[in-house]
Amino acid sequence: MIIAQQKPIKEVAAMVSDCKKVLLAGCQGCVTVCLSGGEKETEIMASALRIMRRLEGNPLETVTYTATRQCDPEYIVTMDDLVKDCDAVISLACGVGVQYMAERYKDKWVVPALDTNFIGGSTVHGVWEEKCGLCGDCVLHKTGGICPIIRCSKSILNGPCGGSQYGKCEISKDTDCAWALIYERMKALGKLDKLMEIQPPKDWSKSRDGGPRRATREDVMIG
Amino acid sequence: MRLQYSTNVRVVEMTCTGNIDHRVILNAFEEGADGVYVAGCMEGDCHFLKGNIRAKKRVNAVKQLLDEIGVGGDRLAMYNLSAAQGSRFAEIANEMTEKIKSLGPSPLNKSNNGCCGCSKEGDAK
Repeated sequence: MIIAQQKPIKEVAAMVSDCKKVLLAGCQGCVTVCLSGGEKETEIMASALRIMRRLEGNPLETVTYTATRQCDPEYIVTMDDLVKDCDAVISLACGVGVQYMAERYKDKWVVPALDTNFIGGSTVHGVWEEKCGLCGDCVLHKTGGICPIIRCSKSILNGPCGGSQYGKCEISKDTDCAWALIYERMKALGKLDKLMEIQPPKDWSKSRDGGPRRATREDVMIG
Repeated sequence: MRLQYSTNVRVVEMTCTGNIDHRVILNAFEEGADGVYVAGCMEGDCHFLKGNIRAKKRVNAVKQLLDEIGVGGDRLAMYNLSAAQGSRFAEIANEMTEKIKSLGPSPLNKSNNGCCGCSKEGDAK
């Protein structure tokens, strides 16, 4: 899922300082799961903003709504009536959701309440780690299901490098060396011979170097 | 046991402090409370094992938020006591009341907008 974290409340308040009524739009997708932009977080932020503005003697009216997803136009339209008389929209979705909201409500000031951080998952409740580098050319079948692109600090394909010490990466004692993990996993699977194959330079044309990417599937298109 | 405690304390019952939600606490302040305290079971005595430990973390998070938004985190506290400690309950109610009285009314109740957006000055709760 996409992992995002809330911006400091004062930063969000400053973005809507000239507004009298705002819609705080949450998302039931990834940001609900990573506890940054779901229904609960949306209502907490609304309450915090109302309190701040009351203390400034400039009350703020808030409307809250949490859409099924903010990365699909069909769920954005469910907010049409709510947005009408609001001066601004504070989106608690990832960067995708904010852009969909801005695209739909062209005459509204749409601002992000979250910083979108990475693609990952939780290790324990309250801790999330980056797991996928979105390179567009998955190599997990060659590396025992451990991604060297994002979990190796150098993204090398023929590791480990000289900075691997006792299973940790030289950048931090808290960071596992992905290649040490890959080695141990492949050893346990009895597939060390596969690591002896030299990997050629990666085809990065499927990654970000060609500008924004687009995925198309004709068979699921309607109309 | 009939014990007296400050009449300004309003009790909001929860099934377990582990069910405490940030919104409940913020709502109390928005509705005019000058201070809020969460009374949970003794640490290690939670029927649900970690309810009160989780509540403590949430209370701390809300205290931080209250500091950031200008209400003041010292207006929120968490106490741990067992259901058998009636006298301690009354003592905490009085202790917290004194603490909040020394802090004065919540900034929200001192603002021109009154206790809940109305024009009246809010009551101390």
